[in-house]
Amino acid sequence: MFKKDFPYFQNSKIVYLDNGATTQKPKSVIDSQVEYYETYCANTHRSNFGHANKATQEFEKTRVLLKNFINASKNEEIIFTKGVTESINFIASSFAKDFKTVIISSLEHHSNIVPWHMQGRTLGAGLEVVNCNENLDFNMEHFEELLKANPNAFVSITHISNAFGTIHDIKTITKLAHEYGAVVMCDGAQSLGHLKIDVKELDVDFFAISGHKTFAPTGVGAIYIKEKYLKDVKPYQTGGATIHEVDFSGSTLLDSPYKFEAGTQNIAGVIGLAKAIEYINHIKYETIHSFENNVFKYLNEELSKLPNIIFYNDITNSIGSRSFNFEGIIHDDIGILLDKMNIALRVGHHCAQPIMKKLGIKGTIRVSVAFYNDFVDVDKLIEALKKALKMLKD
Amino acid sequence: MNSIEQKVNQIKEDLDFFEDELSKYEYIIDLGKKLEEFNESDKIPENIVHGCTSQVWLTHEIKDGKMYFHGTSDAIIVKGLVYMILKIFSDSTIEELKEIDMDIVHELKLSEIITPNRQSGVIGMMKKIKEYALNA
Repeated sequence: MFKKDFPYFQNSKIVYLDNGATTQKPKSVIDSQVEYYETYCANTHRSNFGHANKATQEFEKTRVLLKNFINASKNEEIIFTKGVTESINFIASSFAKDFKTVIISSLEHHSNIVPWHMQGRTLGAGLEVVNCNENLDFNMEHFEELLKANPNAFVSITHISNAFGTIHDIKTITKLAHEYGAVVMCDGAQSLGHLKIDVKELDVDFFAISGHKTFAPTGVGAIYIKEKYLKDVKPYQTGGATIHEVDFSGSTLLDSPYKFEAGTQNIAGVIGLAKAIEYINHIKYETIHSFENNVFKYLNEELSKLPNIIFYNDITNSIGSRSFNFEGIIHDDIGILLDKMNIALRVGHHCAQPIMKKLGIKGTIRVSVAFYNDFVDVDKLIEALKKALKMLKD
Repeated sequence: MNSIEQKVNQIKEDLDFFEDELSKYEYIIDLGKKLEEFNESDKIPENIVHGCTSQVWLTHEIKDGKMYFHGTSDAIIVKGLVYMILKIFSDSTIEELKEIDMDIVHELKLSEIITPNRQSGVIGMMKKIKEYALNA
C-alpha cells in the first residue's frame, strides 16, 4: 500500500529486496531535489540574496528536524556528512585515534573495521573484537571482559548487522561501556530506516546516520556528537564556511556544527533528508514496524520451506535482513538468475568479510526488506528461487 | 580472420540464438556440465584467476607449439563461462594467445548477460591465459 508513494515502483517491474544496500525514495524526496535545483539553487551559509537565504533555511531546517527526530539536545550536535562511512572515518581520525583501544563487534561492516586498521591497529594490538554466539548475538560477557582489560576504550558498534539483520542492544552496551570509562559510537546505517532512534535513551556518545538507507538521497548522512564531546572532536577537513577569521598567521574556527562542515555541502541531499524524515513522521514508525514485521515473518516462513536452505541466525533478534545459502550452491549463481527474473537482492560478503570467514562461507544471499515490501514480493521471490534452484540442480 | 576470432563468432552466434535470457543461462549452465573433470590437486593459489567473484582455476599445457587449457569454478554459471573461454582459446598458438584482445568480451556481448563483476571475471580469465602465453 505504500508503494504508491515511491515513483520507482510505478516505473519498474523489479521486486526490490535490496533495502539494506539502499532504500527507494518517496516522491516528496525526489520532488525536493528538482525543486531545489529548478527554483532556488544557491549555496548555503555564504551569500545573502533571497535564494541563498532560502537554501540556508531549508538546509538548517533539516538539522532541527533530525535533532528532534533522534531526540538530540542541540542543533550543534548534528553534523552533516556524506553518510555513515564518512561519519565513522571522521570520528575515527578526529577523536578516537588517540584511544589506546578500540572495541568493535564481530558483525561490523568494513566501514567500521578498515578505518581502525588504517590507524595501525590490529586484532589484539589496539583493536579488540567482541565475540558473537551461535545465533550471531552479541556476547555481553566477552564485551565486559574486554572493557575490564581495556578501560577507557573507544567502543564502535553497529546497531543492526547489515549482513544478518542482528540487532545489538545498544542501550545495554553503552551503559556497560560507560561503567568502564569507555566512549561509545553507534553505526546506525541499518537502523534509522527500521527503528525509532532516541540518542538520549541509548545514551550513545556518537551516532552515525545514513540518509540513503533511510529513504533520503544518496551522498548524505550525519553524525550525532554528544554535546560534551563537541570541543574534543577536531575538524576532519577545514576550508570554506568553517572559519571565523583567517589571516596568513592563523585561523580561528567557528563553533559546531559549522567548523565540521567544510566546503559546499550536499545541499539538495540534506534538503531531501528533511523530506524523508517528514515522510517517516507522517506514516509513523509504528506503521513501519507493523508492516515490516509481518512481511519479515512471512519471508522467513516461506524461505524455511525451501529445500536445503541454510540460515545463520533465527529472526528473534533481527530486523530487515535475512541472509541464507543453499547447500551445494554458490550464492553468485542465485544472484545472477534472480536478476534475470527481476528480483533485486544482494549476494556476496556484504562488506562484512570477517564474519563470513568466521562462519566458513564466502558470502550469502541477502533479502533485505523495507516497510513498502509486501507478501506479493515475497511470493515472487520464492517462485524465482524455486526456478533458479531447479535450473542449477538439474 | 584468425581461429580465435572464428571461435568467438561461433559462440556469439550460439548465444544470439536465445531470445529469452533465462534460456541463455540454461544453455550456459549446460555448457558448464561439459567441462572436463578438473584435478583437485590443481586447485592451488597459482592457478586462481583474479577478478572473479567466484573461485576460478585455470591450468595449461603446451603441445606442438599450441596451448591447451583446463579450468573450473565453484559456481555453476561461471563453469559455463569457463567452458566458453576454454573453447575459444584452447588449441591456439602461443603467438596468437600473446595478442589476445580484451575487447572480445564486448564482441560476445557478455556484458549483456553477465554483471560487470562477472565481466571482470571473464577478463581475468583472459588475462591469465595471456599471462600463461607470455611466460610460455
